[in-house]
Amino acid sequence: MAEPARKLEVGDEVAVQIVGMNKWYGEFHVLRDINLTVYKGERIVVCGPSGSGKSTLIRCINRLEEHQAGKIIVDGIELTNDVKRIDEVRREVGMVFQHFNLFPHLTVLENLTLAPMWVRKMPKAEAEEVAMTYLTRVKIPEQAKKYPGQLSGGQQQRVAIARALCMNPRIMLFDEPTSALDPEMIKEVLDVMVDLAQTGMTMLCVTHEMGFARQVANRVIFMDQGQIIEQNSPVEFFTNPKSDRTKLFLSQILH
Amino acid sequence: MAADPANLAYVRTEEAPLLPPPANEAGVRGWLIKNLFSSPLNSLLTILVGAFLIWLIWDTVKWGLFDAVWTGENREACTGEGVGACWPLIWDKFPQWMYGFYPIDQRWRPNLVFLIGGAALIPMLIPSVGGKLWNAMFLLIFFPLITIILLSGGHVNFLAQTYAAVIALLLLAAVIVPIAAFGLEDGLQRNRPGIILAAAALLVWLGGFLVDTPSISIGFARVNALPFFSMLLAFLAGVVSLKVALADNSGAGRSALKGWALIAGGLLLAMLLLDIDFGLEPVETSQWGGLLVTLVVAVTGIVASLPIGILLALGRRSKMPVVRMFSIVFIEIWRGVPLITVLFMSSVMLPLFLPEGVNFDKLLRALVGVALFSSAYMAEVVRAGLQAIPRGQYEGAQALGLSYWQMMAKIILPQALKISIPNIVGNFISLFKDTTLVSIIGIFDLLGIVQAGLRDANWASAASAPTGYFTVALIFWVFCFGMSRYSMFIERRLATGHKR
Repeated sequence: MAEPARKLEVGDEVAVQIVGMNKWYGEFHVLRDINLTVYKGERIVVCGPSGSGKSTLIRCINRLEEHQAGKIIVDGIELTNDVKRIDEVRREVGMVFQHFNLFPHLTVLENLTLAPMWVRKMPKAEAEEVAMTYLTRVKIPEQAKKYPGQLSGGQQQRVAIARALCMNPRIMLFDEPTSALDPEMIKEVLDVMVDLAQTGMTMLCVTHEMGFARQVANRVIFMDQGQIIEQNSPVEFFTNPKSDRTKLFLSQILH
Repeated sequence: MAADPANLAYVRTEEAPLLPPPANEAGVRGWLIKNLFSSPLNSLLTILVGAFLIWLIWDTVKWGLFDAVWTGENREACTGEGVGACWPLIWDKFPQWMYGFYPIDQRWRPNLVFLIGGAALIPMLIPSVGGKLWNAMFLLIFFPLITIILLSGGHVNFLAQTYAAVIALLLLAAVIVPIAAFGLEDGLQRNRPGIILAAAALLVWLGGFLVDTPSISIGFARVNALPFFSMLLAFLAGVVSLKVALADNSGAGRSALKGWALIAGGLLLAMLLLDIDFGLEPVETSQWGGLLVTLVVAVTGIVASLPIGILLALGRRSKMPVVRMFSIVFIEIWRGVPLITVLFMSSVMLPLFLPEGVNFDKLLRALVGVALFSSAYMAEVVRAGLQAIPRGQYEGAQALGLSYWQMMAKIILPQALKISIPNIVGNFISLFKDTTLVSIIGIFDLLGIVQAGLRDANWASAASAPTGYFTVALIFWVFCFGMSRYSMFIERRLATGHKR
C-alpha cells in the first residue's frame, strides 16, 4: 500500500528548515526543541493528540505565531521580526484553515482575486482568469458569483484551497482542513488535496485522516507535548511504530 | 411486556395532504387574535393603550388643525380663548429659523449651498447611481470649500507668515514619507538625517516661545530669528526626506511621495482658493444661525468623526504601545468630559492659552470641539465592531500576504463597519441632536433661534411656545428619522448572503 506516494519525486532542495525552535505562551512551553527539514515536493502529515502543538508548529512557518528561540528558514528566508521578510514568506506559503476563514462579505471570485490583485499587483482580468482555473480544478467553477455563506462546508474548504493556490505558493500548509466538515464532505476535500499532492506541491498537513496520510504522505510526524516524538515513512509509522506514545495514539485513532 | 419492533414497523404509502392553516392563525382575524387579544390581560392592555392613543392623537389633531390659527400679522391673532397652534408665528419666523441673522439680501448663498449639497448627496445615497468615488471626492473635498467660500465670503487674507508656516509644516510632515514607504524601522534608518533635522526644527521652534530673539532682516521683511531658523530647518528636513524617498528605485518611495505631494498641493490650493476675493460680501459666522448652523455643525461632526474614530479604534487595538496609549488617552479624555464642558472650554478657555493675536472663529472652535468629541465615541463604536470580527479573518488575510492596511481596508473594516451601522447611525443621530448645545455658547442653532424668536414681544402669546417647540421637534424628527430609515435600508442591502 501507499505506493502512489513513492512515485512522486522529492527534491534535495530545502523548502523549510526549522532548527532548535522553541515557543512559549507566557510561562507555558508549547514547542520544545523542534528540528525539522522539509524538502521540496515533500508531503508531510503531522499528527498527534489535541494540544500537542502540531497546529502551532505549522502556524509558525508563516509567522501566524511567533517563535522565541531557534531558527525557521522558509524558502531561503529566515523569519525574524522584519515585517518585509514575513510578507515575503507569506506570499510564498499558502495556508488552509480548519474553519476556512473565507471572507464572508466577498463573493467566491472576489475571495480568490483579492490577494493576487493587491499583493501581486495582478490586473483584474488576469486574476479572474487564474481564479477560474483553480475553481475549475477544485470542481466548483459554477459557484464563482456566490457568497461563501451560500456554500456547503466542503465547497467552502475547496474555495479556501483554491484561494491559497491563486497566490501560486511554493509551500502549502493545511491546519486540520477536514476537522470541521460533515463526514460526507471530507472526501471531496481530501480528493482535492490528493490531486494537489500529485502536482508535486510541498505540503505540510496537520490532520487526523490516516487514510490520507497512507495514500499521499512520504513522511508522517507524530507530536506530543510540544515535541516531535517520531517521524517515519507512513508504512513504517503505521505498521511498526517505535515509541510507546505513538502506539498508544495509534491504538486510539485506528479501530 | 416490551414492545415488539416488528409490530411498530411502518412504511408510509400515501402522501399526507397539504392543508391550509386554521382560521385563527391566518388572515385579519388570526392577526388580531395573535397580536392584540391573545389573553385576557393582553386584551385589556390593548383596549387601554388604544384608548390612550386615540385620546393623544385626537388632542394633537385638535390642537394643530381644528383649534389652530392659520393667519395673522402678530400676537393679536393668537391670544384668543382656547386657541391651538399659532401657525402665523411659523410663517413669520421661518426664514430666520433657516438662516439666523444671515443678511437677507445674501440668503441666496446658503440656499445655493443647500442646493449643491442636496444635489451631490442624493446620488451618493442611491446605491445604483455610479461614479461614487468622484461623488465622494466632491462631497468631501470641494463641497466643504465651496461652502466655506459661499457662506463666509472667502477672501480670508492669509498673512505671508501663515503661508510660510503651512509650507514649513508640510515639509516637516514629509519626514514620514520614507516611513510610509519603507515601513517604520527601515524608514527611520534610511531617513536619519531628515529626522534629526526635523527634531531640531521643532526644538528651535519651541525655543522661540521661551527666548526673545532679535529680529533679522531678510531682503524684504524683518522676521524673528528663531522661528525663521526653525522654518529653514523644517525646509531642509523635508527636502532630505523627499530625496531619501526618491532615491529608492522600488515604486514604494515614489508612490508615497506622490501621496504627500497630492496632500500638500491640495492644501495649498485650498488656501489659495480661500484667499481669492470672489467679490462676495463677507458674512461673519456670528450672523449665521438656525438650521444652517445646525447642519454645518452636525455635518462637520458626522463627516469628521467617522474617519478619526476609525483611526482611533485601530490605534487602540494596535500593537504599537505609543499609538495605543495615545488613542486610549485621547478617547478616555474626550469621553470623560460632557459636551457642554467641551464647548465652554473651546469658547472661554482656549483663547486664554493661545498666543496673543491668534484668534480662531468661535464657530470653528465649536466645530473642532464637536468633531473631536464625537470621534471619541465613534472610536468605541467602531472598536466594538472590530472586536466582533473573528480572529480567523485576520489570519486568513495575513496568510495571503496582505499588509496591515490592505487587511484592514479590504477585509476587516468592511465587515466591522457593517456590523456597526446601527450604532454608528445612532451616534450620528445623537450628535445631530446634541448640536443644540452650541446655543449655550451664544451660537444660534435651530433651537437657539427658535427660543430667541419666542422672546419677540410681537409674538408673545400662550400659544407661541408650544407651536415653536412642536415645529422644531418635528424638524429634528424628520432629519433623525430619515437617517434611521436610511441606515436600515443600507443594512438590509449589505446583508445579502453574508451569513456564515
